[in-house]
Amino acid sequence: MTTAGISTGRGSKFKLTKLDMKYSPYLYIAPFFILFGAFGLFPLIYTGYVSTRKWTLVGGDKGFVGLDNYTELFGDEKFWNAMFVTFGLFLVGTIPQLLLALLLASWLNKKMKFRTALRMGILLPNITSVAAVGIVFGFIFADRFGLANWGLDLIGIDPVSWRQHRWSSWLAISTMVNWRWIGYNALIYLAAMQAIPKDLYESASIDGASPTRQFWRITVPLIQPTILFTVIISTIGGMQLFTEPLMFNYGQLNGGSLGEFQTISMYIYQQTFELGTRYGYGAAMSWTLFILIMLFAGINFAMVRRSVKGSTT
Amino acid sequence: MTAVTTRPPSHRQAVAPSGKKRRSASGRLWEASPLTYVCLIGAVVLSAFPIVWSFIISTRSNEDVYKIPPPFLPGGNFIANVTRLLENEEAGFLIGLTNSIFVSTVVTLSVVFFSTLAGFAFAKLRFRGANAALLFIIVTMMVPTQLGIIPLYILMQKLGWLYTLQAVIVPFLVKGFGVFMMRQYAMSAISDELIEAARVDGCSTFRIYWNIVLPALRPAAAVLGLLTFMETWNEFLWPYLVLNDDTPTVQVSLKLLATGYYTTDYVMIFTGTAMALVPLLLVFVVFGRQIIGGIMEGSVKA
Repeated sequence: MTTAGISTGRGSKFKLTKLDMKYSPYLYIAPFFILFGAFGLFPLIYTGYVSTRKWTLVGGDKGFVGLDNYTELFGDEKFWNAMFVTFGLFLVGTIPQLLLALLLASWLNKKMKFRTALRMGILLPNITSVAAVGIVFGFIFADRFGLANWGLDLIGIDPVSWRQHRWSSWLAISTMVNWRWIGYNALIYLAAMQAIPKDLYESASIDGASPTRQFWRITVPLIQPTILFTVIISTIGGMQLFTEPLMFNYGQLNGGSLGEFQTISMYIYQQTFELGTRYGYGAAMSWTLFILIMLFAGINFAMVRRSVKGSTT
Repeated sequence: MTAVTTRPPSHRQAVAPSGKKRRSASGRLWEASPLTYVCLIGAVVLSAFPIVWSFIISTRSNEDVYKIPPPFLPGGNFIANVTRLLENEEAGFLIGLTNSIFVSTVVTLSVVFFSTLAGFAFAKLRFRGANAALLFIIVTMMVPTQLGIIPLYILMQKLGWLYTLQAVIVPFLVKGFGVFMMRQYAMSAISDELIEAARVDGCSTFRIYWNIVLPALRPAAAVLGLLTFMETWNEFLWPYLVLNDDTPTVQVSLKLLATGYYTTDYVMIFTGTAMALVPLLLVFVVFGRQIIGGIMEGSVKA
């Protein structure tokens, strides 16, 4: 528009500039839309299509079967077991994770020495790869010669067969997940806490509010959007938990002899690519999980928003 | 404490019952107490321990692993362990390492390029449908695309990309997160006047991007690059599905190492684990400050 007055002298250049101004934005954003369309959106929608067909690796696409895959899924005990494990692990993992992150952030939100070093130390777990860390934790929670059992032995507790019980495997896996994510969430909370004006705390102290009370009445409500953000991110991540339980069981997809810690993602993977190679059935499970994630994220969003709002009034 | 005392007196202060009490209360709030340091150092020790421990084990022998108490100090077997690791053909660790460096570098360069380009367009260029397109990108950041892996796998089969590095590169060449992050940064980092002036001088849009926008976006682009590099390096599920032991990435090598055959060479597995972490740790030590800044700033803006 501004170039118009300048370039009128040369018709072709003017035309070119106009074309450039008008269409180059589309050119610049096109790579995202093309790639996301081809490798993100299309597969997701196509999952819905595959889920209505009998489709296996060996037999290929054997045609439309309606909702058969879905009805089978409702009777599949292993699917429900995996569902239970996924939600259970999410609950026992995420709640302590976010609470500890809040605590850590409140410690970090102070004037102190070695600030950067402490923050880096706390973020360290997050930059490591899940596969590598899964191997290390697999050994920490080894039945014999494991560090965890050695520690228990020191305080006089009998060794635990970590992979044989639901509670012990869940404890080990959520430790792994929490170890990786507490520091990251703490930094996100810290960023939000630093944006709170300090005068609010000063006037609260004058009014005699204890630090704990100030934390729950001022800090938490004011960083509510950030808490919502972390809850959503943890929900989406937690529902897709895969690598930690896989590496915990030395790379096996069964999640323990009775599926004590087999998550939905593991079961989908096992059914689709290892045992059954049933694409159609796997797709039906993926699509169900997708809808559940969206629903669950929405419910979490609403619940956290209500409870945090409730504490302010 | 000083921050409080040097503050100009406010209305609130005037009605405070006693200046001394007030100061001690807010001082307690903002100055880190020794207990805070102890707690934080404890958290750092717990954070670092599994990593440090994998390095310690990588310097020991297999007999040491069974010792009680377990080894907590380094030994002298590191070179021997690394040699065994590199000679292990089933895991192809060296190939994995090389592939990972290649894949992560290509993906990082591409994500930074396309994200800055699109971020610039969203922040500084006017075009029809811009708001809707941006909203769409934000929504995609929330969508668990991992759930589309079955069709994506079939697609790779059809394209003949299974067991090739294209399969782990091409789908990840640009990310919604990157576009959004660059857009947020470009909004504040680049003045409209500068772009207008360049236009008057007859610069094409791409020249403006290349000569003005890209240099201005450099700090944020560096953070995006670092985060992308680490994320790509750590990617596991998808590479594990579409690659095999001929062309692994380092994470796939690790998995093969840890589970490929019924190995009892635990020390070698730990050596692989430690080696796979070295590039990440190097990046983190050099650029940690920027990475932390990026994570914290990104979360406030998002």
